Amino acid sequence: MSPAIHHRAPEPSSLFAALGDPTRLALVRRLSAGGALSVTALTTGTRISRQAVTKHLGILARAGLVESERRGRERLWALAPGRIHDARRALEQISREWDDALERLRRLVER
Amino acid sequence: MPQTIPDRIEKKIVLRAPRSRVWRALTDAREFSEWFRVTLRGQFEPGKEISGQVTYPGYEHLTMTARVERMEPESLFSFRWHPAAIDPKVDYSAEPTTLVEFRLEDAPGGTLLTVTESGFQALPAARQGFAHEANSGGWEEQLRNIERHVASHPSPRA
Repeated sequence: MSPAIHHRAPEPSSLFAALGDPTRLALVRRLSAGGALSVTALTTGTRISRQAVTKHLGILARAGLVESERRGRERLWALAPGRIHDARRALEQISREWDDALERLRRLVER
Repeated sequence: MPQTIPDRIEKKIVLRAPRSRVWRALTDAREFSEWFRVTLRGQFEPGKEISGQVTYPGYEHLTMTARVERMEPESLFSFRWHPAAIDPKVDYSAEPTTLVEFRLEDAPGGTLLTVTESGFQALPAARQGFAHEANSGGWEEQLRNIERHVASHPSPRA
């Protein structure tokens, strides 16, 4: 067993907490179609206020799931993929380390 | 673990040794140190912290610290620790821990050992292994999995 997770994010906030909300999940879904969207575009067709969308985007951004860029007078939001992928990979690494450790345990108790 | 981020890791292994032998390998700090690759000082005791130098090649500069939770002879041994506490300059003590549990059961020809490590969900993003790198895609599938996952495990921090 050895420590596995190497990367440090600027702010400690849980990915799961960020995604554990239907509105935020809907925003991520919408952005996962590809391309960058403004708050106005993300609000259109929903019953959620601009303020609420902005607040939820902020939470997703702090969890590193989305990022924004200013284009002219607008701020455009897009997915920052890689987070989920990396989290899964880190756990796979921990999982492999358990396998190795248990194999060493086997050699110890079966000898 | 395909396409999902679980909160727990579970491992099952049948060891060709009696439960008493496996129990000793788990709960005798000297024996634990041998297979876990650490040099623990002192003994495991419920409610007590134990720590030692990691001996895993490449990680020898690190200290492993665990707080023992339960010790039910030949049945359950558990402790909490900070997984992946890999930066010696960082104080991890305020961060959530994961729970490691070893369960022993009789199995034909030996002992069934079930190891679970749980609590990954509560870890801050920094410990969830995030590097900002390009992803080849697969978002839709991942989102479906996460959706199912968070629906069945609502996060208290949501």
